[in-house]
Amino acid sequence: MQDLSLHILDIAENSINANATEVRIKISEDTGKNLLRIEISDNGRGMDEETLKEVYDPFFTTKCKRTGLGIPLLAQSARECNGDLTIKTGPGKGTSISAAFQYDHIDRKPLGDICETMIVLIASNPDVDFIYEHSRDDDSYALNTADIKKELEGVPITSPGIIKIIKDDISEWLLNKDDMIK
Amino acid sequence: MARLTIEDLKKIKEKQKSTFSLREGGYRAKITVHMGTCGIAAGAREIMSALLDEIALAKVEDVITTTSGCAGLCAREPMATVEILNRPPVKYGDLTADKMKEIFREHILGGNPVEKYALAVGSETTY
Ligand SMILES: Nc1ncnc2c1ncn2[C@@H]1O[C@H](COP(=O)(O)OP(=O)(O)OP(=O)(O)O)[C@@H](O)[C@H]1O
Ligand SMILES: [Mg+2]
Repeated sequence: MQDLSLHILDIAENSINANATEVRIKISEDTGKNLLRIEISDNGRGMDEETLKEVYDPFFTTKCKRTGLGIPLLAQSARECNGDLTIKTGPGKGTSISAAFQYDHIDRKPLGDICETMIVLIASNPDVDFIYEHSRDDDSYALNTADIKKELEGVPITSPGIIKIIKDDISEWLLNKDDMIK
Repeated sequence: MARLTIEDLKKIKEKQKSTFSLREGGYRAKITVHMGTCGIAAGAREIMSALLDEIALAKVEDVITTTSGCAGLCAREPMATVEILNRPPVKYGDLTADKMKEIFREHILGGNPVEKYALAVGSETTY
């Protein structure tokens, strides 16, 4: 995976495959603490002990022999820059995966195109509610597709016109956020 | 702070309603992009984005997109499966954004599968 936005997409796809109806993606950039944290939580079926063990085992592969499993890949990316990955999960309890990174570590992967990740998730999973929260020091952004869907009164969130509005909104936030970097 | 205001959404909703009500609920084509770890590493997100761009450009409301996990054919990722109503599904592999656009125009809009990119036709359902 080239960047963190692709990891986020991968981890969120797991949530969807676990029948989550709500997926929360939280990104916190704290330059003061020199910390980047990415948290993906869902209300899906959760993992039992057995599955959890497999997920932590870098040599365990299911179908995909080429790239390996998504969670160990993200864990490795975190560890490469003094970070770590933690999983909170249990059968019926949903799953929360949190990855921490040293913000300015030379090997820290860039965030990448978060907007593209969010749009792909939203456009291909109209029945899932996505909450995207992103902060950079004191500035923050939040988007909740459940609120948007309520306003749409039955017009699908996947309509190209709606998708474009959401895309523009996220892009604007991301642009402004990066403009503030001195 | 969310910049998306309720007013924005209301305006859009009114505009969309007029075009959408015609085909309430139904869709004519479904495209599944394989979005397992191997697919994503091979560029599946870009394939989906190209597809969404084409859908917006063509202004079609009856084509839906979805994703699936790894189907075991990791060497041929990125992959997508196209299902047109009442037709057998067609699975495409080794995709690029340009190939996806071509498939959208030829197969999804035009109804003719793009055989040169197809891996399999029919029998199996979507993964
Ligand atoms: N959010 C989650 N909720 C429940 N189970 C999960 C979740 N994330 C991962 N798992 C379990 O962990 C396993 C390993 O996940 P991982 O993403 O590493 O590979 P995969 O999803 O099986 O394969 P691929 O992503 O290539 O299709 C999954 O098959 C699933 O059983
Ligand atoms: Mg996965």
